[in-house]
Amino acid sequence: MEAFTTLDAVALPIDQPNLDTDQIIPARFLGKPRDMQVGALFHDLRYGPDGTPRPDFVTNRPAFAGAKIVVAERNFACGSSRENAVTVMVDNGLRAFIAPSFGDIFFNNCFQNGALPIRLDAARVAELRAMLHASPGARIRIDLANQTVVGPDGKSDRFEIDSFRKDCLLRGADEVSLTLSYDEDIKAFEAKQRQEMSWL
Amino acid sequence: MAAARTMFEKIWQRHVVVDRDDGYTLLYIDRHLMHDGSAAGFAKLRERNMKLRRPDRGFATPDHYVRSDTREISAIADPHHRKLVEAIRTNTAESGVTLFDLGDERQGIAHVVGPEQGVTQPGLTLVCGDSHTSTHGALGALAFGIGSSEVAHVMATQCLWQRKPKAMRISVDGTLGAGVTAKDVILAIIARIGTAGAVGHVIEYAGSAIRGLSIEGRLTVCNMSIEAGGKAGMVAPDDTTIAYLEGRPFAPQAAEWDKAVAFWRTVPSDEGATFDREVSLDAASIAPMVTWGTSPEDALSIDGRIPEPSTAPDSAKKESMKRALDYMGLVPGTPLEQVPVDRVFIGSCTNSRIEDLRAAAKVAKGRKAVIPSWVVAGSGLVKKQAEAEGLDRIFVEAGFEWREPGCSMCVGMNGDTGKPQQRIASTSNRNFIGRQGPGVRTHLVSPAMAVAAAVSGRFADVRKLA
Repeated sequence: MEAFTTLDAVALPIDQPNLDTDQIIPARFLGKPRDMQVGALFHDLRYGPDGTPRPDFVTNRPAFAGAKIVVAERNFACGSSRENAVTVMVDNGLRAFIAPSFGDIFFNNCFQNGALPIRLDAARVAELRAMLHASPGARIRIDLANQTVVGPDGKSDRFEIDSFRKDCLLRGADEVSLTLSYDEDIKAFEAKQRQEMSWL
Repeated sequence: MAAARTMFEKIWQRHVVVDRDDGYTLLYIDRHLMHDGSAAGFAKLRERNMKLRRPDRGFATPDHYVRSDTREISAIADPHHRKLVEAIRTNTAESGVTLFDLGDERQGIAHVVGPEQGVTQPGLTLVCGDSHTSTHGALGALAFGIGSSEVAHVMATQCLWQRKPKAMRISVDGTLGAGVTAKDVILAIIARIGTAGAVGHVIEYAGSAIRGLSIEGRLTVCNMSIEAGGKAGMVAPDDTTIAYLEGRPFAPQAAEWDKAVAFWRTVPSDEGATFDREVSLDAASIAPMVTWGTSPEDALSIDGRIPEPSTAPDSAKKESMKRALDYMGLVPGTPLEQVPVDRVFIGSCTNSRIEDLRAAAKVAKGRKAVIPSWVVAGSGLVKKQAEAEGLDRIFVEAGFEWREPGCSMCVGMNGDTGKPQQRIASTSNRNFIGRQGPGVRTHLVSPAMAVAAAVSGRFADVRKLA
């Protein structure tokens, strides 16, 4: 997994609250090879029913080209467990998501793919989105080691992240390898469970 | 005396393999349900050249990509989707995971099959690569959905790294009115707390109205915990739970049964256990519900009117209401009972069990659907039971289509979709934009309310259909 350390990049504002995983990648694009899904990002928001791009949608605006950060609204990526919601964004270069809150499963899936979900105060997130609308192409700087997000206004906010998740991201560590280092503990648990819950 | 613990706390503590200083826990997973979409997990395992650690803890059934009009895999039009339904066969055969395949009467939606087979039991941890895994908490298990990387992680290690969520109790006390079902209860809960209302929490549903629900009803409530933002939802196991499990194929048998029951009796929250959050609702105040917007929290009782964005508390909410109404093609102020419906879907992991079909058939009997309406049983066994009771004949005589088990029109990935601008009364769990196909307008309702819409051609109050 690619490590996540710092990111200084153009950020996309997405204003809809509860933007669900079906909006990030509609179900009809699932179940196909990952490289066939890249163009499905925000598909039904980006394109009209006849397939023509909606010029006003943020990813269709040239000023936001090369964006690597999304600044979203509350309960971002709620809905299904589809990890494709993370991978389709990662494959489109988006690796950090800032929102007041996230869907739980999406939040966990980010860490499995070298992506960083950041929870910030709702008022500050709204302020960041307003700045990105006012100056399309404005950049945000994220420093994971120091747990800071610096907005286009130069103001720095500290964000909270579990040290376990932080450490895995900084090292690009793989959870399966880590877990296998606890193999003796797992075996001991299983032996105990065979005694206590023999019906399983 | 030990401190009073919640049911969630007890199950969590019992499954800790490693507690790290950084607040992360390696949690043991007792049951892993798999479906056709789990092929991604098997592929990741293969990339690492690893085998399943505990195939005996895995149970699989194809549901997401199967067709509801035929059991022929070769008829699945999309070659990638066809491959996924084929892959579950080869993956389970190679790994030794139990499979309930197409053609086997035990096949169905994973969240219907798990409880039905007795795979889901009180006090266990259960995961599946599907967000509606919260369903299984209805039997007093800690059950939650995971993504495909974590699916591979469970396959490889039978464990997951977790930070302990908080505990929330939602109590519903009193008696539900006639025509008010478990679906209306959970929609009323979500309307009350919002679709992010339980983020970071495991919900325990309690109170006399919850205890009064059958297992089917509890499964419906727990199913939509995810739509309330919850990590999981659960109901304490009781006599109803134990009676439901007795004799099921994968439930403990003989002497093991008694041992298991003795353990299950210890699972409920201790008296005096404290929760991080408490919410309570009065059962008598809940009416049959219909969603009007594009989030499950946009739910109203059937006697309501489409809301006015001008009444929104802030400009952001006003904008999102306008967007939802525009997508849904609705005019503020319209009584829900005057909104015409184009199509009806009865099915999904929320509402496709025998009790749901009985409730739907009761309303359908002697009436005629005036719009295209489908009934998709949750499993082959539900379908067989319904046919034994003659429910299929009631549906067919009332003009409903009686179809084969699977996720069907809930997921929009197996060919069962609506047309743009079509308005569907659906017993599923998500009214998201495009969920049932691009441009489709989904309204979430109970099975009885779905039939009321089918026979009326508009939303109708099932309580008025004598």
